[in-house]
Amino acid sequence: MYASLHLVKSLGITFRRFVETYVDDLRWFFKGGFGARYRPDTLPIRQSPTKSRGIFTVQYPAERLPLPERFRGFPFLIEEEGKLRCTACGTCARVCPPQCIWIVRASDPETGKPLREPAEFYIDISICMQCGFCAEFCPFDAIKMGHEIEIAAFDREKDLLLDLERLRKPLSYHAQIHPTEYAAEQEKKQARAAARARK
Amino acid sequence: MATEVTPEPTDEVLTRLQERFPGAVEAAPEPYEGLIVARDHLVDVATFLRDEMGYAYLSDVVGVDYPEEVNGLPPRFEVVYHLFRPVGGPLTLHVHADRENPVVPSLVPVFPSANFQEREAWDLVGIRFEGHPDLRRILLWDGFDGHPLRKDWHEVYYEEEKKPFGSRWPEGHPVMAESRTPLGRNLRYPPGWSPEDWRPTTDPWGYRPHDEVAEQKNPAMPVDRVVLNMGPHHPSTHGVLRLLATLEGERIQKLEPMLGFLHRCHEKIGERNTWLGNIPYTDRLDYVCSMTNNWPYVLAVEKLMGVEVPERAEYIRVIMGEFTRFLNHAVSVGFMCNDLGIYFTVMLYALEEREFILDLFEMTAGSRMMCNYMRFGGVAHDMTEEAVALARELAFERLPRFIDKVDAYLTENEIFRARTVGVGVLPPEQAVAYGCTGPLLRGSGVPYDIRRADPYSIYDEFDFEIITAPDGDVYSRYLVRLGEMRESLRILQQALNRLPDGPVMAGKKKATVKVPPGESYGRIEAPKGELGFYIVSDGSPNPYRYHIRAPSFVNLGVMGELCRGHLIADVVIILASIDITLGEVDR
Ligand code: SF4
Ligand code: SF4
Repeated sequence: MYASLHLVKSLGITFRRFVETYVDDLRWFFKGGFGARYRPDTLPIRQSPTKSRGIFTVQYPAERLPLPERFRGFPFLIEEEGKLRCTACGTCARVCPPQCIWIVRASDPETGKPLREPAEFYIDISICMQCGFCAEFCPFDAIKMGHEIEIAAFDREKDLLLDLERLRKPLSYHAQIHPTEYAAEQEKKQARAAARARK
Repeated sequence: MATEVTPEPTDEVLTRLQERFPGAVEAAPEPYEGLIVARDHLVDVATFLRDEMGYAYLSDVVGVDYPEEVNGLPPRFEVVYHLFRPVGGPLTLHVHADRENPVVPSLVPVFPSANFQEREAWDLVGIRFEGHPDLRRILLWDGFDGHPLRKDWHEVYYEEEKKPFGSRWPEGHPVMAESRTPLGRNLRYPPGWSPEDWRPTTDPWGYRPHDEVAEQKNPAMPVDRVVLNMGPHHPSTHGVLRLLATLEGERIQKLEPMLGFLHRCHEKIGERNTWLGNIPYTDRLDYVCSMTNNWPYVLAVEKLMGVEVPERAEYIRVIMGEFTRFLNHAVSVGFMCNDLGIYFTVMLYALEEREFILDLFEMTAGSRMMCNYMRFGGVAHDMTEEAVALARELAFERLPRFIDKVDAYLTENEIFRARTVGVGVLPPEQAVAYGCTGPLLRGSGVPYDIRRADPYSIYDEFDFEIITAPDGDVYSRYLVRLGEMRESLRILQQALNRLPDGPVMAGKKKATVKVPPGESYGRIEAPKGELGFYIVSDGSPNPYRYHIRAPSFVNLGVMGELCRGHLIADVVIILASIDITLGEVDR
């Protein structure tokens, strides 16, 4: 009989887990009615490291986990007051490990001198490895990692080679997905403006 | 417990070797380290080092191609060996070979661990090893054109020698790589070779050694003899790995792993890349533990650059590294149960814990699996307060419960024990000879852990045990993993309690780093074993040589020995207990 004692114990562990799920379902039912456990506001509890019990699944795509601020999706260019922040300095194209950024620097149509803005800007996100170096090393905070992840497409060249139009995103988007970073940026900007005013 | 570490001065080894082999050994000139050994004396010197100087452990064999004068040494081929003693840093041996006919004596008779690695050096660099029992290509296929790690070899989509490519800025018009070849195929045949007329003269599928296996007919019970291909697509090989086995009935007579299905010539990519650009590529080696893949690479480069890492960054590295170890061992135990037929229960429990750890990584580094977190001189971002709180919750409350649960679930379970005790026994001498590291080695009772033997980062400040188990079977390895998870939590708890404030980067983050000429070998105790990066710099913005000593690759070398005489059903568990990731094996 001894020989199967631990088997029973092992099965007990699985069984307890099975029961826990239903007990938790019931508890949520009494608290908030049918399906309360699967509402977005209860998701953090279901997924919390200390409070979660029983089932752990997230019903993607109906439910989604929130993405943390630092999450690296695909890069985009920030457009501030109708103008891109990018100065076509080329740093991002140089650090990009798989070399999937192509930049054409704009030049003055009359003098032919290079301007501080891009004429064309391409990122092949089918090659992009989402390393975030472009955002990390851009000296002008002009390129940031977005939060899109669902990019499945049929044609690589047409759909995944992003040009300037598709890379451009308003500043408000940046402020929305990167609140802390945006706040820090604004603070720095104000400090700089204040320093200039003092002079 | 903490052992006193006395790194062996290479000078002393040199004196003893010069006494014994006059004229055969000299110190390597600056900026190289270690010794240069004459080709003809290599085997004797290695035997002497192993038997009389205690260098029992050959960890790494690298072939390097120097077509031109680099760092003041003439054109040559070079093989670099890294030998270790039970404590202390590496002894580096350099052996030079001709440019015309690169031949070096094989070290397989002295160190069986050289077997796979010499085959790799032959395959990728084209250095012949005289006396190697089975010098075939290992990662590439037989019809492959050339040896890719030679400097004059160019890939099909070749663009430029070094990144960054000039065509990206300021006149960057996108060109798809496929458009550079007629059919868009990333494929090139040797000149004069066509797939239609090809009649293999060699043995491309590797069956021939299996014809020679002696028949061992058991007169009491006649059984058939079968050559079996397990994989490349087999659910329990955890990736694309082909195991070629000769069976006598259901017992394994001979088994051989055939590698390279996931080969992407990571090292060639690395040599085209900039120093910085390699960090995200290392994530893709062992894709289960990307944090610990970054680490030895930045360690090796930091050694050359001579930067000091701030204390907070070291703590964060340790925290991330130990979470990674926990995660790897949890998943590894879970998958082993899958292979045993305990389908998904333990694995899903493990994946649940892993989710939390990945959340922590995502919060801190920005990505769940491809973290790309460490930089030369620190880490990319500081840990936020939220992340520290989550880490504390995990290390102090959540994860200990998981270990107890797995412990209660498996350790005494009769079925689990019946399948694992006494299976795949690896004696300690064999483990050392084959260069095994990690839980595989410690499961054989050898208390070798780089965190103690050759401490890096700040591991000497923590209190933890090296877990070993005496029997060397699958069950022992499971026990070691379980124990190591507990020790990881101990380290984590200490690190989180003592986490200091301060900067996480030495100086400013720079896109182009200056790495002085020289060579360096950085290694850490990765969850799967010793992960080492050998780099050579010639002072340019790109590494001259970039080599990875992957624990999964070297540990797999002992697979054939472990399986001999076992049932075919045990192969799966033995493989799971070695714990490999194909991304790292094939590189
Ligand atoms: S995005 Fe930033 S780094 Fe890239 S070119 Fe523009 S300003 Fe330079
Ligand atoms: S995220 Fe990395 S790979 Fe992608 S565009 Fe930026 S630098 Fe290149």
